[in-house]
Amino acid sequence: MSYIRLLSLQVAVAVVSLALWHLLTTIPIGGKPLLPPFFFSTPLDVAAQVYKWFADGSIWRHLWITLTEAMLAFVIGSIGGILVGFWFARQPMVAAVFDPYVKMINALPRIVLAPIFTLWFGLGIMSKVALGVTLVFFIVFFNVYQGVKEVSPTILANARMLGMSERQLMRHVYWPSALSWMFSSLHTSVGFAVVGAVVGEYLGSAAGLGYLILQAEGTFDIAGVFAGMFVLAVFVVIIDWMVTLIERRLLVWRPVAAETRT
Amino acid sequence: MVETSVAGGGTQARAANDVAVRLKDVTIEFRMADRASYKAVERVTLTVNEGEFVSIVGPTGCGKTTLLNVAAGLYQPSAGAVEIFGTGLGGLNGQSGYLFQAEALFPWKTALENVAIGLETVGVPVAQARARAQDWLTRVGLGKFGARYPHMLSGGQRKRVGLAQVLIRDPKILLMDEPFGPLDAQTRQIMGNLLLDLWSQNRKAVMFVTHDLEEAIALSDRVLIMSAGPASRIIGEWRVTLPRPRDIAEVKLDPLFHQLHREIWQALKDEVLEGYKQTGGG
Repeated sequence: MSYIRLLSLQVAVAVVSLALWHLLTTIPIGGKPLLPPFFFSTPLDVAAQVYKWFADGSIWRHLWITLTEAMLAFVIGSIGGILVGFWFARQPMVAAVFDPYVKMINALPRIVLAPIFTLWFGLGIMSKVALGVTLVFFIVFFNVYQGVKEVSPTILANARMLGMSERQLMRHVYWPSALSWMFSSLHTSVGFAVVGAVVGEYLGSAAGLGYLILQAEGTFDIAGVFAGMFVLAVFVVIIDWMVTLIERRLLVWRPVAAETRT
Repeated sequence: MVETSVAGGGTQARAANDVAVRLKDVTIEFRMADRASYKAVERVTLTVNEGEFVSIVGPTGCGKTTLLNVAAGLYQPSAGAVEIFGTGLGGLNGQSGYLFQAEALFPWKTALENVAIGLETVGVPVAQARARAQDWLTRVGLGKFGARYPHMLSGGQRKRVGLAQVLIRDPKILLMDEPFGPLDAQTRQIMGNLLLDLWSQNRKAVMFVTHDLEEAIALSDRVLIMSAGPASRIIGEWRVTLPRPRDIAEVKLDPLFHQLHREIWQALKDEVLEGYKQTGGG
């Protein structure tokens, strides 16, 4: 399928959905619309709300806060995950001792930690960062652990025969292998960093996209809720697109399934 | 098998330090998951002299690779001794280069980086290591492929990079584990000639493991035959006196080649059948 064709079909899906939404919420059938606008709002109201936020610039502060929280959560969670992942993979004893606890904490729905983090870190951004970190950490940790563990024994033997010291093994073998695993989960971990930030804001905060949605919900401003969701969705798509660019740059050595071999 | 100068007549007795690799009564047992132990090879004695090309041929699963791993220092023998240039081996064999059967290139490094790494590990500055790696890539016929990652190369090209990666370190001993196994027949022939060409420029002791008898005769000075596993032993030794330099394709037309092939195959045949029975192959 050509790119143009694909793009026009993708746009068509959006247009049809919006048109349906508009028709169902504005055209009265038997006296009133099928979907009451009070509960479903209308595309035009939502667009007006989004426009208003950007026109008066009030949205930027919230976007910036959410972005900061997500980025901090991603960076801190990744660094922690890499360090602990390496440590566990290279020290099977440590990994064995901590294994049940890691599983326990990972099985915990992270949302129940939110009240504790609010008590510990207050209503500012740090409690949201903490929530995001608990999500990102485990994804990165498991991938790095796996990446270090799954290095092919032949490649490892080859590295040793080529005279690599323990430090060189780290740098030339374990590190690239762990990174490739980590990058393969980059979309997930970045996504979870955003989830942590927004959920944290939603549970109690003074700014951010989650806060905007919560405020709108509190006043039954359905257009505001949808507008917040829309901005959040676009925000996530842009971040995801940037992750794809970074990934392409960093994982050039990876075989791509569709690529033809010369 | 004690190293004596019987068959060739022209070879002189060698002093102990001319021997690059000596395995003395080496036995290797593996502990299996169910606590039982599996004896891969039993009381193997063999030597590879400096500058000599020795092939080890045997049926599948006879422990040929195990012997290479012992010579490389990757495994410790359960009994017996390993000597490298007259000194007992403890730990990795730093004087050897190992060309593995499986894919062993670093997938996250380009061909050039893969070759250069063997020098970087011993402290050669990166720029200098890369320059020499480029040289080696050219020598194995991949001068223009330095920027490619392993997955962008064909199987034969990857083996060439592997060869350059090992040879750039100029090891005194070359250990090769069915290096051309997965390649097609034509590529194998080309790779064999490339190997002989590089080897003749700088003769190292080569311990070459293969299941392909023709390849072994065409390449080697000496061919050792192993019995089927478990507890394989070396059951025969032939000296190959075909003149060098050889061309793999041409040498196979030589009457001496045919005679050797017939003789060795007589000894190997029964073991191959036995090997198939053991491994359930067919």
